[in-house]
Amino acid sequence: MAHPDLWPETPHEGPEDLELWEEGPPREPGAGPRAEGPPAAGEVRLTLKIRRYNPAVRPDAWWDEFAVNMHPTDRLLDALHEVKWFHDGTLALRRSCAHGVCGSDAMLIDGRNALACKVLVKDVAPKVTVEPIRGLRVIKDLVVDMEPFFEGYKRVLPFLINDEDPPDRERLQTPQERERYDDTTKCILCAACTTSCPIFWGDGEYIGPAAIVNAHRFVFDSRDRGARDRLDILADRTGVFRCRTTFNCTEACPRGIKVTKAIQEVKRAIMFDRL
Amino acid sequence: MTTLHTYDAVVVGAGGAGLRAALEASKSVRTCVISKLYPTRSHTGAAQGGMCAALGNVEEDYPEWHAFDTIKGGDYLVDQPAAIVMTEEAIDAVIELEHWGFPFNRTLRGRIDQRRFGGHTRNHGEAPVRRACYAADRTGHMILQTLYQQCIRTDVRFFNEFYVLDLILSGDGRCAGVVAYELANGEIHVFRAKAVLFATGGFGKIFKVTSNAHTLTGDGLAVCYRRGVPLEDMEFFQFHPTGIYKMGILISEAVRGEGGILINAEGERFMERYAPTIKDLAPRDMVSRAIYQEIKEGRGIDGKDYVYLDVRHLDPEVIEKKIPDVTEFARIYLGVEPTREPVPIQPTAHYGMGGIPTDTDARVVVGSEERAIPGLYAAGECACVSVHGANRLGTNSLLDIVVFGRRGGGHMAAFAASEAFPDLPERPEAETVEMLRHLLKGPNLELAADSMSDLCGVIRSEDGLRQLQGVLAGLRDRFRLVGVQDRGRLFNTELMEAVELGFLLDVADTVVAAARTRDESRGGHYREDHPLRDDDHWLVHSLAYRDADGSVRMEYKDVKLGPYIPMERKY
Repeated sequence: MAHPDLWPETPHEGPEDLELWEEGPPREPGAGPRAEGPPAAGEVRLTLKIRRYNPAVRPDAWWDEFAVNMHPTDRLLDALHEVKWFHDGTLALRRSCAHGVCGSDAMLIDGRNALACKVLVKDVAPKVTVEPIRGLRVIKDLVVDMEPFFEGYKRVLPFLINDEDPPDRERLQTPQERERYDDTTKCILCAACTTSCPIFWGDGEYIGPAAIVNAHRFVFDSRDRGARDRLDILADRTGVFRCRTTFNCTEACPRGIKVTKAIQEVKRAIMFDRL
Repeated sequence: MTTLHTYDAVVVGAGGAGLRAALEASKSVRTCVISKLYPTRSHTGAAQGGMCAALGNVEEDYPEWHAFDTIKGGDYLVDQPAAIVMTEEAIDAVIELEHWGFPFNRTLRGRIDQRRFGGHTRNHGEAPVRRACYAADRTGHMILQTLYQQCIRTDVRFFNEFYVLDLILSGDGRCAGVVAYELANGEIHVFRAKAVLFATGGFGKIFKVTSNAHTLTGDGLAVCYRRGVPLEDMEFFQFHPTGIYKMGILISEAVRGEGGILINAEGERFMERYAPTIKDLAPRDMVSRAIYQEIKEGRGIDGKDYVYLDVRHLDPEVIEKKIPDVTEFARIYLGVEPTREPVPIQPTAHYGMGGIPTDTDARVVVGSEERAIPGLYAAGECACVSVHGANRLGTNSLLDIVVFGRRGGGHMAAFAASEAFPDLPERPEAETVEMLRHLLKGPNLELAADSMSDLCGVIRSEDGLRQLQGVLAGLRDRFRLVGVQDRGRLFNTELMEAVELGFLLDVADTVVAAARTRDESRGGHYREDHPLRDDDHWLVHSLAYRDADGSVRMEYKDVKLGPYIPMERKY
């Protein structure tokens, strides 16, 4: 039940002695790295070149380098933790599950979008470049503003639409009908595809591959009745026809979704429906 | 500056339990969800294998059989009325998800397909039964997605990347709201509410090797514990048998449900000796102990502390269609091709059976008399209903979150609709600000805890637990000196990690204290110095309270029994 105006949020000055933050320059990041000796047996040395940004420290982005000793089978995310926990606590990144299912840690790694928890040290050593994903405003270091991404996702009505009275038990769906949209159910909304797309970087309007993937998931679900509404949304100038099939999205997807194919299927659905 | 918000109902956490509760509560009262992550990052999404319900779609099955398995699987520490509620409501819960678009795998006739899972049997233990409804091996992912999709459809209000750091109680002992920290800009928010439901998930990060996300730091448990709420049955922690060697990433039990087997260094299918009837599909606590026993007796692979999970004999199409994700984990993280090579696995810390004590409406209840704290609720892994008792069966966690999330959301909405707002105490954010200031000003120290896995893991003993309490006390002393390097207000994840570390220490204290006191073995709690179950003394739930000096005080309450008489647990 949405009643945004009933009880507006009320900012109020708390008592002065409860102010958390003191004014003044924050401590310079990059300070106090732990001295790392040579790699132990079975370890490798990895240099991380990380694109940093913190408007409270400097107006522009800069690069920092950290050298850490890691096991070859460690994840790049483990190396970033090594940096954050033992070299520079100010490094900001998002992460949670650490095995490629939550979608928090999409980054630009050696120029390609990937999840830091699905890249192993041995595949990038001795040196790796890490930057935030592109096309979304950087808030701090590797953290970007995800709101425009989720707004695009919400625009495609990403939920089952079916006003018919459901049966007492499950709706029936054959394995073939279920298989039709299987691939696009895998999406974890990490934004690796959308932020790898040159059209998405180029203008702020293209809804992007991830939103189309999530529309596809319902458009091709035999139980759904909302395809027409979604296809109308995706047929407009911010929609699927901006796609230039560069396949960046398919290469970037950490879930192996055939993103470009899904976009093409949505394009075809619109054309057959219309023509 | 503090921002004040007012909602009838506040849900803390946006995993399956939180989202399901929010969908229910927001039907009738003004509701918001506060989550430290974007909702789709929640660890419900990592659950793989399935959600059990006695649909009987592929073979005969009844909720009563499901209830029995749940109670026996929990080594009779389960509150039987709660397990009966859960297993009876399971069918409706599955059907509701299907109507919301959940992409279940299907039978040839188009019905929801079902498969086998550990500890789920036909007719009270005769043989494994096909009871788990699933979507390949991403069932949790699809539950999280489906519930989030419904939240978008119904326009549920979210505060994402807000950390709840304190619970506000009014002078007369009612729940009055929570204090939260906004990660993006470091601001403090007070959420005034008539009802609050905690659904903050687990606390597996007290262990070094765990299947849990980095963010599973027991926040909701610690916040409630610090305000005087006891934590129930914290000594019961589940170690899942099949974690990826050294990393702890989970390989789903569905792999064994589809026919995968465990083998030791001699190539022997050793579970045939430990559970002759259901073998590799014995409950998780038994399989984990069996693996430890094999390792202890020198039959670990190459004499090391792991065994093999073997799927080489399975049809490659079954692997591709029904367990694709977990085989990909083996390929990526171990460089092992499961269709040709066995997968090295070892038990991994997985699930806390204990938590914030609740009744079957998810109301938080304290003391042996189960007195409700008006307006305070908990559901999901952070809660203890108790439907899992001393050991949870696979798939019952996904069932737990949707059943008790819905019940809690419904009850809190009815409560909020009939009650006035409680008075807020003066300066409700003061203690939170003080805690954060302390961390911002202290010196920068490293902290790491790895003793939990060794001394409070699958096998425990009085000596080890006593030693561990010393380790934890030392860590607490050091924690008092912890400070962060990042003093900025912008996206200060270091500050929040320090707060989470404090939460973990509190939770670990309760786990170790409860484990040391319980000198018997039951379910996930195995004491090598007291290897037998002792129903005469220990058929009770433990309650860990925080004393004024910070130490843990143990109390106990009765288990709610029912139709099933405790008997020896054999499979």
